[in-house]
Amino acid sequence: MYKAKIFVQLKASVLDPQGKAVTNSLHNLGFADVAETRISKYIEISIDSADEAKAKTEIEQICDSLLANPNTETYNFVLEKQE
Amino acid sequence: MRVSVVTFPGSNCDRDAFEVFSSRGHAAKMIWHKDHDLKKPDLVVIPGGFSYGDYLRCGALARFSPIVSEVISFAKRGGLVLGICNGFQILTEAGLLPGALMMNQSLAFICKHQYLKVQTNDSPFTNGIEVGTVLDIPIAHKEGNYYIDNDGLNKLCDHDQILFRYCDAQGATTSESNPNGSLQNIAGIINTQRNILGMMPHPERSATDTVLSQDGKMIFEALERYV
Repeated sequence: MYKAKIFVQLKASVLDPQGKAVTNSLHNLGFADVAETRISKYIEISIDSADEAKAKTEIEQICDSLLANPNTETYNFVLEKQE
Repeated sequence: MRVSVVTFPGSNCDRDAFEVFSSRGHAAKMIWHKDHDLKKPDLVVIPGGFSYGDYLRCGALARFSPIVSEVISFAKRGGLVLGICNGFQILTEAGLLPGALMMNQSLAFICKHQYLKVQTNDSPFTNGIEVGTVLDIPIAHKEGNYYIDNDGLNKLCDHDQILFRYCDAQGATTSESNPNGSLQNIAGIINTQRNILGMMPHPERSATDTVLSQDGKMIFEALERYV
């Protein structure tokens, strides 16, 4: 069994209005040195496979076909072996 | 005209679209998303709503409904497809239209009357409408902020694919008249083959005699001239 910890992030070129609103709120809270906030998605997927290479390929396919929109988002992940 | 309106779990403008086409004398049918048959339409409507609860990204999950592969092959054969609001989001997620609909810059759900300017009449959806005509058509969305990268935007402009831009009552496309932060005030685009339209505003909500604005009728009249 492998667990994939996946981050789906907006591309740097894409505006993130949620991140901007959070930055403003942080400034209001007194964290004046906060320069930028970017909000992303964190997704965990457990794969019932003993083959790490196969699990990696599968997670890439999952990200490409559904979890990330290639127009606006990028992704990265780590695979962890589960007992 | 034979019109098929697709209903996904969470669609809520399907009945409005069905009623508008029926009241105009067209043979409209409601098609469930699990069906595999579009029933030989001239036009497919992907309506507004919150398909699959907007989970993951708006429109991302609807793309995997069985009927969508039929819509894709219908569209690739040149069939007319009109995606409104969530329908527009689904068409971008399905790869039938370029770009993406992001969260509104204000982070707010916006529901109001909105002016749009017709940018081209070289399409089945705007033929016969004078370029520059200002339409009052309501919007109701939280994710309508159109985004595309620079290359994509240049292609849209080069191929005259932008059909509608947000504007004010006088037709000025300014940042003040941009309700959601859309790139270049884009409200609706067509594919390069010019048979698939995606638009955030709701023409079906401004096309009957009981509502304040009836400007949406102009789009349905254009379709009737074309088909």
